[in-house]
Amino acid sequence: MTAKHWRIALTVNGEAIAREVPVRLNLVDFLRHDLGFTGSHVGCEQGACGACTIVMDGETVRGCLVLAVQADGCAIETIEGGVDDDLRQMFHTLNALQCGFCTPGMLLSAAELLRANPDPSRDDIRDYLSGNFCRCTGYQAIVDAVETVAKARRS
Amino acid sequence: MADALGLLARHGDDAAIVAGGQSLLPILNFRLAAPELLIDIGRLDDLKQITEGDDYIEIGALLRHCDLADSPLIGRDLPLLHQAINHIAHPAVRHRGTIGGSLAMADPAAELGACCLALDGAFSLLSGREQRWVAASDFFKGVYETALQPDEILTAIRIPKPVRNSISVFEEIARRRGDFAMAGLALVAAPNSLRIALLGVADRPVLAGQTMALLSANPTAVDAAMEMIATEIEPPDDPAYPPAYRRHLVQVLLRRALSRLPQ
Repeated sequence: MTAKHWRIALTVNGEAIAREVPVRLNLVDFLRHDLGFTGSHVGCEQGACGACTIVMDGETVRGCLVLAVQADGCAIETIEGGVDDDLRQMFHTLNALQCGFCTPGMLLSAAELLRANPDPSRDDIRDYLSGNFCRCTGYQAIVDAVETVAKARRS
Repeated sequence: MADALGLLARHGDDAAIVAGGQSLLPILNFRLAAPELLIDIGRLDDLKQITEGDDYIEIGALLRHCDLADSPLIGRDLPLLHQAINHIAHPAVRHRGTIGGSLAMADPAAELGACCLALDGAFSLLSGREQRWVAASDFFKGVYETALQPDEILTAIRIPKPVRNSISVFEEIARRRGDFAMAGLALVAAPNSLRIALLGVADRPVLAGQTMALLSANPTAVDAAMEMIATEIEPPDDPAYPPAYRRHLVQVLLRRALSRLPQ
């Protein structure tokens, strides 16, 4: 009943994957080191920074706060699987990043917000992205980008 | 469940229960704990139900924060929980974190423990030996310490339905949205009673008993209540937020909460 390794089967960005993993391995480390999806970043490892944000069965989660074995049977999407094209493009157009470390998480969280709320206020956007606050951009351009995409989609 | 309880009975303190893992995983990541065995109860669907009795609502321990936020029943009968959940970390954490996990972890700054105190809730603790109910007021014993025995799992939360025309208010102050609260307050006002629970100001969530008694007897004694709530708490000696500062925050929170009640 107790084991140091466990065999898991899951899909990552639509591709079926089966591996034996150490039971103690974090999901984000599995994605980065075993599968090479290094777009999910490891920042604080305590769930605060949001750089490791991934999508698990359709919902954003912290990749550092999920064990790989807990993803058995789940559908995982990382930034490499793609994110809404208009959002990605608007981050580029408005230069909504500086160092880019937080950007994959920002994009996945912003995409989730716009699915749930097509008409968010700037406060709503800041609130939803508060779990991805990092350091360098000041967020003004990020909020601009999300707001601009929301408006464009409604027009 | 039988498997989980059997493993827990055999391994006791060497094992840790993991549900959503949103409190346990940071502790493991920092190597602050190194349990021999993790028992993942996250897929026990029996613990994911909300059931309604005549005079209570029972919430399965594995309901996630986002599930509670999306529940019309919780929104209608336990709006305090709805208000509080908006303050719990961030959406991605609320997608994994569970109410039972938060309560069993017993972080003194956690929102839901104070809510359960204010709502006079009770928790179902299950082991291979027995099932027992423990009142929220008896459950929290200290920082990360609870009435849970090493072979017990918290399986459900039972909360009396608030009486008609009662009003719930949740307020907290954190440095940034989603950060751990420096102080928080959960208030439930009914026509003939008032309950106030505080978080972040002691080694566990606490009732402001003297202030409750004062305001229940005389709802307009706001100034006296301000004095009382600051003196009846014993905040921890924290250099970042000294006791005097937390006493001040609690006064701010109480004033905000009372201002949200109909006059």
